Amino acid sequence: MEDWSIKELSSLLREKKTSSVEITTDYLQHIKKKNPEINAFITVDENRSLAQAKLADLKIQKGEGDVLTGVPIAQKDIFCAEDWLTTCGSKMLHNFIAPYDATVVKKFNEVGAVNIGKTNMDEFAMGSSNETSYFGGVKNPWDLTRVPGGSSGGSAAAIAARMCPGATATDTGGSIRQPASLCGLTGLKPTYGLVSRYGMIAFASSLDQAGPMAKSSEDCAMMMNVMAGFDPKDSTSIDHKKEDYTKNIDQPIEGLKIGLPKEYFADGLDSHVAKVIESAIDQYKKLGATIVDVSLPNTNLSIPVYYVLAPAEASSNLSRYDGVRYGHRTSQYDDLMDMYCKTRQEGFGEEVKRRILIGTYVLSAGYYDAYYLKAQQIRHLISEDFKKAFQSCDLIMGPTAPSTAFKANEKIDDPVTMYLQDIYTIATNLAGLPGMSIPAGFVNKLPVGIQIIGNYFDEARMLNVAHQFQKVTDWHKAIPEGALS
Amino acid sequence: MSWDVVIGIETHVQLQTKTKIFSGASTAFGAEPNTQACILSIALPGTLPVLNYEAVQCAIKFGLATNAEIASRSIFARKNYFYPDLPKGYQISQYELPVVGKGSLEIEIGDIKKTVRITRAHLEEDAGKSSHGAVQNGTGIDLNRAGTPLLEIVSEPDMTSAAEAVAYAKKLHELVQWIGICDGNMQEGSFRCDINVSVKRAGTDKLGTRREIKNLNSFKFIEQAIHAETQWQIEMLEEGKTIQQATVLFNPETGETRAMRSKEEANDYRYFPDPDLLPLEISDEKINQIKESMTELPHLMKARLERDYQLSSYDASGITSDKHVADYFFATLKEGVEPKQIANWILGQLFSKLNEHNLSIEHSPIKPQVLSLLLKRIQDGTISNNGAKQLFEKLWTNSDLEIDALIESEGLKQVSDSGLIETMIDEVLKNNQTMVDEYRSGKEKAFNALVGQIMKASKGKANPGQVNELLRKKLS
Repeated sequence: MEDWSIKELSSLLREKKTSSVEITTDYLQHIKKKNPEINAFITVDENRSLAQAKLADLKIQKGEGDVLTGVPIAQKDIFCAEDWLTTCGSKMLHNFIAPYDATVVKKFNEVGAVNIGKTNMDEFAMGSSNETSYFGGVKNPWDLTRVPGGSSGGSAAAIAARMCPGATATDTGGSIRQPASLCGLTGLKPTYGLVSRYGMIAFASSLDQAGPMAKSSEDCAMMMNVMAGFDPKDSTSIDHKKEDYTKNIDQPIEGLKIGLPKEYFADGLDSHVAKVIESAIDQYKKLGATIVDVSLPNTNLSIPVYYVLAPAEASSNLSRYDGVRYGHRTSQYDDLMDMYCKTRQEGFGEEVKRRILIGTYVLSAGYYDAYYLKAQQIRHLISEDFKKAFQSCDLIMGPTAPSTAFKANEKIDDPVTMYLQDIYTIATNLAGLPGMSIPAGFVNKLPVGIQIIGNYFDEARMLNVAHQFQKVTDWHKAIPEGALS
Repeated sequence: MSWDVVIGIETHVQLQTKTKIFSGASTAFGAEPNTQACILSIALPGTLPVLNYEAVQCAIKFGLATNAEIASRSIFARKNYFYPDLPKGYQISQYELPVVGKGSLEIEIGDIKKTVRITRAHLEEDAGKSSHGAVQNGTGIDLNRAGTPLLEIVSEPDMTSAAEAVAYAKKLHELVQWIGICDGNMQEGSFRCDINVSVKRAGTDKLGTRREIKNLNSFKFIEQAIHAETQWQIEMLEEGKTIQQATVLFNPETGETRAMRSKEEANDYRYFPDPDLLPLEISDEKINQIKESMTELPHLMKARLERDYQLSSYDASGITSDKHVADYFFATLKEGVEPKQIANWILGQLFSKLNEHNLSIEHSPIKPQVLSLLLKRIQDGTISNNGAKQLFEKLWTNSDLEIDALIESEGLKQVSDSGLIETMIDEVLKNNQTMVDEYRSGKEKAFNALVGQIMKASKGKANPGQVNELLRKKLS
């Protein structure tokens, strides 16, 4: 298997040095070989993918090709794709064939990209290790005994094992950035509202945001050009001017002011990971950036706030899975209540049930003010922290995750420890800010990502800053042992 | 012991929009089950609501019509509960910040006017329908109605009798149709009331425990249900028992109200702001724009009819009870006929005929121009009022008939030749000397008897006005 980037594939296709059918076939074969071990895909449909590839080749031949025409892209199984099984990693939707395309999927279809398969994920995007998936855990291609992170662990493992050059992902509390960090990839969670949520199965509506995951910042920028944009079908979509994210990616970054929040380097951060981040910061200094100290004083509150708000929204969002209209329904029941209870008992996994319970509790009469309302107030304070910090810097940097990939089964029985995986990523979701993770080095042969947090709609600059780093480093080019064979 | 009744009403008004409140699916009534259920109506994973601004305009119109506060910022909230015809497991409604705030509605009970305060009105989506027995061994779910826009209008507990409650419901029913936000079809569920009833000792301030009668869709049921519920509550209290807060259903067949669920069993709806929808913001400019586009409100038109056309309060109420009636009135008026006479004819002759044939005024076979011409012929003395009624009957079945030709062919033309009338008067006076004497001795009744004799002599064709006038002159 070749280690193509999206950019390379785009050129090869447009120069007609290869065809989409050819590369799609290569990837499908590689998936056949690798996926049984990694479990990154829930659904692969060779016929459908090849049919799309054939259409893409026709388009290219006619000179109607777009930048991504013919390029295989995997879709996280949270996105509805017409006629594709769309499970969201849950037994509840194990039989759900979506009758429509999510806006993100539609946009990739419109430019002629090939859907190479639907990637595995934590059930309803709830998890940081991909172990909550009904379809089994995903293995980290860097070390098969370890997790790839979550919830977009399928997308991350698929790219890391070179089963696709790029994949869509979603991030509610770190679900793009943490797996990108744990699998040595580049992933971007855009500003809330920049990418449409239509057709993306909701976990926590006010926090969910889709974004690209690939090997490099350049590839992510190319994907962002397809994904971003106002969508009248999503009321929270923002009518932001259309940008070309690749345009200024080569600009030098001299004079860039990078803020380092002291709270992101405090207790809880693995010291080896800290060293990797520090050397990445040194690299940025060499590129002409200046470093300023900033403070995000409410960082320690972000996890408690998140675990009130996200479950509250989830408890309501997941009410529709009642066995009445689609998805799983229990086979035997006495009456309506029995049908509801058994269906939901059987259809949802432990973590999902835990969050539904928490969410239902915090919204209950008598508790709403103490939990939900209070959490909303603190959410506002967290946004204010960032606002203040951005008065003295252009971008904020720090670790993406507190550690490298951990062992499977290590944290799954200890939800609170698992939740701490997102300590550095959650705050940006609460504030609606864009966040990114790029490979910054290794600890014990396991990748470490550095996080870049930008101000609202500053994705172009973030991609530029990431690309400049990737021009002078090779971390993002590292390949897990045996991934290409 | 005597008791006071306290009544508050929550009304669900189905808004007349082409599409659903949060999706593009049609709202037409009566389609095959689930043919108007789009992917949002079925709550497929990943679907998102987008507010239909037409529904917001309806709410603003209602706010303007009830002199209410219109919120510059209101919030859609989720009301969470499980039911098979509620596909998302929550209803999108408004809770803490509704689009329409405090307003009022003036009602009339006979000659007494009363102002009922409106607490709030908020936008929400309707649920689907469960049809028990529609499918074998189960319940059928029809989601055509799911997502139909509703305006829930909540009154203060300002009504003190079934009559007041019905007057309020009727007035509201008239108003929402007048401003064009609801088709008013109660059978199809476009206008349904939940009635909160409690009783308290006469003259005391302390309110009793209320019970809510759900989902009444006729004025008759509202009246019957309130009577039944009031009676039941009074009996309970007089027996020394206490009332438990509850939701009740009215059974029109037995005439009884029966508890559906008690307060303890009530749902905790876990309301919270819907994160899929932004706060609804309404500018003053938008409100003014809608204000300017609105037709004259019924209570203002009523005042104008009394002031400018000297209609009685009763007639003016009748004409402004329905926009179509008012339109009919003004279309008839255009031809320059006495307004009072038009009102009499519409509310009398025309209404009874429409009722008899179960027709609404828009479908009247007699159009305003025809009625106008008919009334003109009364006014110019060509025909008598009675003659006009006969013509009205003819025109009802065949409105193409030409009125003047019809007057001729039916021989309804009045005798207005004063010479001829005088000759008849002289003849009658000569033959009825006793009556003349009685009149002269002060008996006014005798005058009417003489008029009767003259009309008889003319076979009813003499112009009664002229007869009166000429007879008076002769006898003076």
